[in-house]
Amino acid sequence: MSWEPKIAGFLCNWCTYTGADLAGTSRLQHPPNIRVIRMMCSGRMDPSFIFKAFEAGADGVIVSGCHPGDCHYQSGNFKMLRRAHLIKRVLKDMGIHPDRFRLTWVSASEGDLWARYSREFTDTVRALGPLKLNAEKMLDGSSATHPEAA
Amino acid sequence: MSQTATGEQKLVKLTIDGREVEIERGATVLQAARKLGLEIPTLCHVDWMEPYGSCRLCSVEVIRDNQRELITACNYPVAGGLVVETMNDRIRKVRALVLELLLGRCSTVPLLQDLGRQYGVEKSRFGSGEEGCILCGLCTRVCSEVVGVGAIAMQGRGLKCRVGTAYDEKSSICIACGACAAVCPTGYIKVTDDTRREKGVPLEWPTGPTTAIYVKTLQSVPKVPVIDADSCIRMQTGACGVCATYCEPGAIDYNQKPEEIEVDVGQILISTGFQTFDVSKLAQYGYGRYDNVLTALEFERMTNATGPTGSRVVLKNGQEPRAVAIIHCIGSRDEKHHRYCSRVCCMYALKFAHLVKDRTEAAVYQFYIDMRAFGKGYEEFYHRLLDEGVTMIRGKAAEVVEAGWSRRDEGVLLVRAEDTLIGKFREIPVDMVVLCTAIEPPYDQEDVARMFSISRSPDGFFLERHPKLDPTSTMSDGIYLAGACQGPKDIPDSVAQAQGAAARILQLISRGFVEVDPIRAEVVEPLCGGCRLCNNLCPYNAIEFLPEKKISRVNEALCKGCGTCVSACPAGAITGKGFSYPQIVAEIEGLFAKHVPGDPK
Repeated sequence: MSWEPKIAGFLCNWCTYTGADLAGTSRLQHPPNIRVIRMMCSGRMDPSFIFKAFEAGADGVIVSGCHPGDCHYQSGNFKMLRRAHLIKRVLKDMGIHPDRFRLTWVSASEGDLWARYSREFTDTVRALGPLKLNAEKMLDGSSATHPEAA
Repeated sequence: MSQTATGEQKLVKLTIDGREVEIERGATVLQAARKLGLEIPTLCHVDWMEPYGSCRLCSVEVIRDNQRELITACNYPVAGGLVVETMNDRIRKVRALVLELLLGRCSTVPLLQDLGRQYGVEKSRFGSGEEGCILCGLCTRVCSEVVGVGAIAMQGRGLKCRVGTAYDEKSSICIACGACAAVCPTGYIKVTDDTRREKGVPLEWPTGPTTAIYVKTLQSVPKVPVIDADSCIRMQTGACGVCATYCEPGAIDYNQKPEEIEVDVGQILISTGFQTFDVSKLAQYGYGRYDNVLTALEFERMTNATGPTGSRVVLKNGQEPRAVAIIHCIGSRDEKHHRYCSRVCCMYALKFAHLVKDRTEAAVYQFYIDMRAFGKGYEEFYHRLLDEGVTMIRGKAAEVVEAGWSRRDEGVLLVRAEDTLIGKFREIPVDMVVLCTAIEPPYDQEDVARMFSISRSPDGFFLERHPKLDPTSTMSDGIYLAGACQGPKDIPDSVAQAQGAAARILQLISRGFVEVDPIRAEVVEPLCGGCRLCNNLCPYNAIEFLPEKKISRVNEALCKGCGTCVSACPAGAITGKGFSYPQIVAEIEGLFAKHVPGDPK
C-alpha cells in the first residue's frame, strides 16, 4: 500500500467545521487524510498545537477559519493570521517545510471550497513526502541544515 | 335664566328651516346646516380652507325682525337666535340665476349642466361659452394657502379674469403636487406630463402608493396609514395639514421623527425578505426602452383591482394587447447573475397567463427553460393553462426588439428565442412583454448578517443551521429565519417556515430557561501575572482587571468562549473549558496514535 499523508486539521466551529460538514452532507468527494480537531475559533490556535501535531506524527497541518471580517467572535481569525506568518518562519527554522502548514478561510456555506482545499493540501503534502523528524532533531539546533528546510 | 359662562361662550343656538341646532361660536351657517343634514350646494367651498364666497350658489335667507336678507351660507357666521331658511322660491330663483350666469360662461361643464337641470335651467340666456373654469378660486387658494407655494393666481380683471401662472411661463416653483387639479370642481385643471404626447394615456404605472398619506396594503398589520415624509407637503413646506383637519380623533402627528427603540429580547426571528433583480442589467430585453416591456411586479400591479388600470390589462396607449410574451428566468438560472432558481416565477407566470386569457383576447406565449410546477396543485394548474390555449415555448428568450417595418407592425415587439423542443429559432411578434425577475437577497443583507453574526450561503441568502434537519434556525443561538431571506420561497413555504420558527421560539419561552454551552474561559488566579494582555484582546470586553488583586478575571456572562485569550496568555493562566491545553493535546496525540485501525501510514 502506497504512503498516504496524515494531516491535522484545526477547524473553527462556526465556519470551516460547518463547511466541512456541508462538504460531507453534499457528498463532495475529498480525501480522507485530514483528521479534524474542532476549535471554537481559529483565534484559539496556540502555535504549540501545530508543533505538537507535527511531533505526534502529522505530515501536514491545516488551520481554517472564517473569512476575514466574518469571524463569529469578530476578530479571532485576524489573530490567527498574524500568528501564521510567524509559524511559517519558525517551522522553516525547525527544519519543517513551511508548505506543510497552511491557513485557509472557508465559510460555513463553502463545502465545495473545503473539498478543494483539502484535495490541494493533501496533494501538496503528498508531494513533500513523509515528514522525517524526531524530537531530538528539533531540539539540537541542527535543523537549519535539514534537507527539508528550503 | 342661568347658564354657565363657558356654555354661553362656546355654543350658540339657531334655527334652520324650523329646526334648532347648537354649534360652536365662530362656525358658519353652512356648517350648522350640514350638522342638521341639510344639503346646500356649493362650488367654491371645501371644509379645510377659509370660506371664500365667490360662487354664490350657497345663498340662503336669514330672517331678522321680519326682514329677509340673502346671505352666502359658507361665510356667514352663526349667531344666537338666528333664523335661517335654506330653500324657498326666492332662493331657488337666485341659485337658478347664479347657475344660468355660470352656464353662460361654461355651458359644457357637466357638473354645471346637472346642477342647472336641478334648478330648471336648461339653457342660459347669457350665451353658451365654452370655458371650463368657473373662477371659483379653489385652485389658487389651495396653492397658496394649503400647499404654500403660490404657483398659480388669478390674472386679469373683469371678463379677462382667469387662472394662470406668472407671465404664463412654465412655473419654476410648482411642485407638481396636483392639489389644484384634485380640488377643481369642474375638472378644468389637469396634471399632465409634458414628456408624453398622446392624450388619455396613463402617465405611469405606479407600483407604490399614489398619495403622501396611505395605508401600505389592505393586509398590513397594524392597518394604519403612514405618511411619506418626502412627499408630504406639510412635512416639506409646513403648509397643508389637510389630513389632520379630517382626522376626528386627532391621530395625525407631523412631528414624529424616526427614532431608535431599544427592546430587550431573548430571541429574534429574521424575516427581512428579498428584493427583485434589477432588470436594467439585462439590456437585451428592452426594459426602459420599450413602453410595453414590464417587470412582473408592474404587471402584477396592473392586474390588481386597486391598481392604476383597475385590473385591466392594457398597453401604454390604452389599447388591449393582441399578444403577450411572458419571459421566465430573468436573472435567475443565469451563470452571469444568479445561478439559483427563484422558485416562484413559473407559477406566477402561469397565473399571469391565466389573467391575460381571462381579461383579454390576447394570445399568450411563455418562454421557459424548465417548467417547475413543484407544489400542491401546481402541476394541475399548469395543465389547466395548457387547456386554456397558452403557448409554451421551451427556450429562454434571447432578446426583445422592435419590429416596426410596416405601419401595421408599429409598436409590435419581437421576442427572439430558440425553441429547444423543435430545435428552431423563432421570432414571435407580441404587444407586451412581462419579465419574470429573479428573487435576490436585499442589498443590505450583508449588514444584517453581520449584525446578528449569522452566515450567508454562496447565493447571498442567510444560511440555516442545517439544510434538512434545522431549516429555521441559524448557527447563532436564539436567531431564527423565516421566508425569502433564507432563500427564494413562495407564500406557503414562507408561512410553514415562519410557523416552525415561531414554534421553536415558543418552545424556549415556555421552558423559561436557556441552556448555554459551558465553553467559557477561566483565569487560574495563582498563575495570572496581571499583564493585562488579554484585556484588550477580548472582543466582548469580558475580561476585567481587578486592581486590588492585580489579576484579570473573566466575566462568565459576557464570555462567548472563543479562546483568543487562552492562546494569547503568556503565563498559560487562562484555560478554556472544553478546549483546554491538555484536552487538545490529547486529541492531537489520539489522532496520530500508531495503533489506529485503518491507519494509512
